[in-house]
Amino acid sequence: MSGIWTERLDNPVSKRLRDPASTGYVAIGLGVFAAFLAIPPIEARSIVWSILVGIVATLLGIWTATRGRRRLGYGAAVAGLIGMGLGILATRSGTGNLEAVFNAALIAQMFAFATPLVFGAIAGMFSERSGVVNIGLEGMMLMGAFWGVYGADVGGSWVVGLIVGAAAGGALALLYAYFAIHLRADQIVGGTAVNFLALGITGYFFFQLYHGNYVPTGVSTIPNVRIPFVADSHFLGPAIGNLSLMIWAGFGLVIVSYFVIFKTPIGLRIRACGEHPRAADTVGINVYAVRYGCVILSGILAALGGVYLSDGFGGGSFNDNMTEGRGFIALAAMIFGNWRPFGAFGAALLFGLSSAIALRLQVYSPSASTLFNVLPYVLTLIAVAGVIGRSVPPAADGRPYKKQ
Amino acid sequence: MHEDVTILGRYRVLQRAGGMLAPLLTAALAFFVGGLVILATNGTAPWAVYRQIIDGAGLNWIFHPTTDTTNLAAYNLTQTLLVTTALILTGLAVSFAFQCGMFNIGGQGQYIVGATFAVWVGSSLSGLDSTVHILLAIGAATLAGAAWAGIAGVLKATVGAHEVITTIMLNWTAVWIVSALIGPGGPLQSHSAADNPVSSDVVAGAKLPIVWGDPLLQGLSIGIFVALGALVVYWAVVNRTTLGFGVRAVGRSPEAARYGGIAVGRSIVLAMALSGAFAGLAGALDILGWQFNLSVDDVQASQIGFIGIAVALLGRNKAIGVGLSALLFGALVTGTSTRNLELTALRPDLAGNLTVLIQGLIVLFVGVDVLVVVLLARARRRRL
Repeated sequence: MSGIWTERLDNPVSKRLRDPASTGYVAIGLGVFAAFLAIPPIEARSIVWSILVGIVATLLGIWTATRGRRRLGYGAAVAGLIGMGLGILATRSGTGNLEAVFNAALIAQMFAFATPLVFGAIAGMFSERSGVVNIGLEGMMLMGAFWGVYGADVGGSWVVGLIVGAAAGGALALLYAYFAIHLRADQIVGGTAVNFLALGITGYFFFQLYHGNYVPTGVSTIPNVRIPFVADSHFLGPAIGNLSLMIWAGFGLVIVSYFVIFKTPIGLRIRACGEHPRAADTVGINVYAVRYGCVILSGILAALGGVYLSDGFGGGSFNDNMTEGRGFIALAAMIFGNWRPFGAFGAALLFGLSSAIALRLQVYSPSASTLFNVLPYVLTLIAVAGVIGRSVPPAADGRPYKKQ
Repeated sequence: MHEDVTILGRYRVLQRAGGMLAPLLTAALAFFVGGLVILATNGTAPWAVYRQIIDGAGLNWIFHPTTDTTNLAAYNLTQTLLVTTALILTGLAVSFAFQCGMFNIGGQGQYIVGATFAVWVGSSLSGLDSTVHILLAIGAATLAGAAWAGIAGVLKATVGAHEVITTIMLNWTAVWIVSALIGPGGPLQSHSAADNPVSSDVVAGAKLPIVWGDPLLQGLSIGIFVALGALVVYWAVVNRTTLGFGVRAVGRSPEAARYGGIAVGRSIVLAMALSGAFAGLAGALDILGWQFNLSVDDVQASQIGFIGIAVALLGRNKAIGVGLSALLFGALVTGTSTRNLELTALRPDLAGNLTVLIQGLIVLFVGVDVLVVVLLARARRRRL
C-alpha cells in the first residue's frame, strides 16, 4: 500500500485518467480556447478569463512534462502562454485598467504573498519526507506570526522576533511530534488539535498581552534589501530592487533544502524514514530521532513564514487568526509541487501570484478577484484527483512507526 | 461472572457500558489544563471562571427550572441549545464518515454550502405555504451539503484521492465562492444594502417555528428536535440498515468488504454524501432558525464545522456520545461568548479564546484516551 494521501483503488477509470498524455491534449485545447475567448463569438471583455484559462493550460502542460510526456507537455505549456498572450492582446484595446493590475510591482507583490507559502511548503515537505503528515502547518505558522511580532516588540529587534517566533513554532511542533511519534496518535487528529491549540493560544495571549488592542506601532520590522543600481532600474527596480530580507531567505531555503534532501546523507536518511522506516531502522538509522528532527524543523520553518507575515509583510502587526488558511495553501503547494523543493516553490509562486492578482482586481471586479482566491484550492483538488498526472507522496507518509 | 472490584475492572465495565469514562477523563484533563492557563496568566481561581461559564451557558437553569425566558438562565439555556443543534449535526457529519474509515474535515464547507442554499431558497421564493417553503429550503440545503461532500467521496472512490486533502480544499473553495455570491455585486447579496456584504433575509414564511422563547430574541426553534431526530436516524442507519453494515465493513477493511461482496466505492460515496447531508442540514437550521441571513463575516469566521470534529472525536462516533459532547461544546461556546453575559473573573474575549484552547486540548488528548484504554487492557492481560 502507498502512503496516506493516495490509497488508490484499482479500476480502469483511474488508470485512464492518470495517463499524462490526456492532460497534455486538454492543455493544448485550453490554450487555443484562451486565445479565442476574447474575440467573437464569445467576446469576453474581461481579461481575467483569458489569463485564467491560459494559466491553467500552462500548468497542465508543465504537469504533463514532469510526468514523463516532455515534448507534449512543453508544447502544451507554450500553447497556453501564447493563447494567454493573444487573449490579452485582443482585450487590451480599451482597457485602461490593465496597466494598473499588471505592472512590475506585481512581481514584488507576488513574492511577498508567496514567501509565507514557500516557508510553509518547505516545512511540510521536511515533515512528510520523514513520514509524518503535517496538517498543523497553519497552526505553527500562526504561532510564528504572533510570538514573532511579540518578540520583536519586547526584544526591540526583529532578530529577537525571528528567534522567539521560531522557538514558539518549534515548541508546538515538539508537542505534536511527541503525540504523533511517541504516542502514535492519529496524525490527522493531532494536526487538527495543533491548529485549534495555536488559534486558542495566540488569541488568548493577544488579548492577555495587548488587551485586545493592536500591537503598538514602531515595532522593529524585518528590513528590505535594497540592491544598488537594480533598485533604480525602470522595470527591475519595482520588481526585485527592494524586496524583504525574508523573501531572499526563502529563495535560499529552497536551494539549500533541495541539496539537503537530495544530495546529502542526512537527506537520504530522511527520505528512507519516509519511504520504508523498517528498512531504515535495520541499517541503523534512528527513525524516531530523524522524525523528531524533521517535525521540529518543520515547525520552525512554518513559524518563520508566520513571522514574515506579521513582522515583515504585515509591518509589525497582528490580528486574530492572521494566517487565514495560508498554512493550508502551503500544504496544497507542497502536494502540488510533488513533495519536491522546486516544485513546491513553483506552486507557491503561482499561488502567490493568484493572491496578488486577486488583491489588485478587487477594485475593478470583486467576483473575478474571488476566482483568483479560489484558484490554489481548485488546482490542488485537480492535482490530487490525479486527473492531471500523479502526485507521489512518500510511501510511509502518515504511518506511525513502531520499533520491534 | 464474578464482580471485579479493582479500578481496572470497574473501568472495563464502564468501557463495555459505552466507554463513557475515557471521554470524561479527556474532557476533565483538558479543563484542568485550561484552568492552569487561567491561573498562571491571570491569577484568578479557575473554578470561579468555570462557574461563570456554566452560568453563562444557562446550565444553572436546572436548579431553578422555569419556562420564562425573561429569566437569564432560561434565556442562556436556549442559546446553548441553539448552538448544540448545529454541533450535533456537524458532529454527525464527521462521525458518519468515520464509520466508513474516512476523516471528513470538510464539515465547515458543507455547512456553508447548506447555509447558502437555505438562504437562497428561503429568501428568493415567496407566497408558498410555510411548511412547503421550509421543507423546500431544508431539502435543498441538505442535498447541496451531500453533493459538496459527495465530490470528495467520488474522488476517493474513483481515483483514490485522500478525503482529508480534498475536503480541506473544498472548505476553502466554499468559503471563497460563497463570499463572492453574497459579497458586493454578488447575485445573492441583499438588494437593500448595496455596500453590505450580506445576503437578503429569508422571508417570514420560511422561518422555523419557535418552541421556546421570544422569536425576536433568538428563541429556540424546532431545529433542536430535528437534530435529536438526526441522532436517532444516525444510530438506525449505522446499526440497523444494509447501508450502515456496508459502510462499517468498508471502515474496518475495504479489502475484506470487497471480498464479502460489498460495493466499496458505492459505500464510500454514500457515506461521504450522508455526512455532507448532516452538515448541510446544520447550515439550513441555523439560517432558518435564528440567523435568517448570511454575511461574509459569518462565512469566514464560523467554526461550527471544525468544532464538529471535536464533538465527534469526544463522542466516540456514538449517537449518545455525539449528543452529549455537542451539549458540552455548545455550553462552552455560549458560556464564553461576549454576547450574552459579563464575566467578572475573566475578560470575555479571553474566555472565547479559552474555549478554542480547550477544544484543541480535547482533540489532542483524544489520542491519549485511546492510549489509556490500550495500556489498561495490556496491564490487565499481564495481571491475569
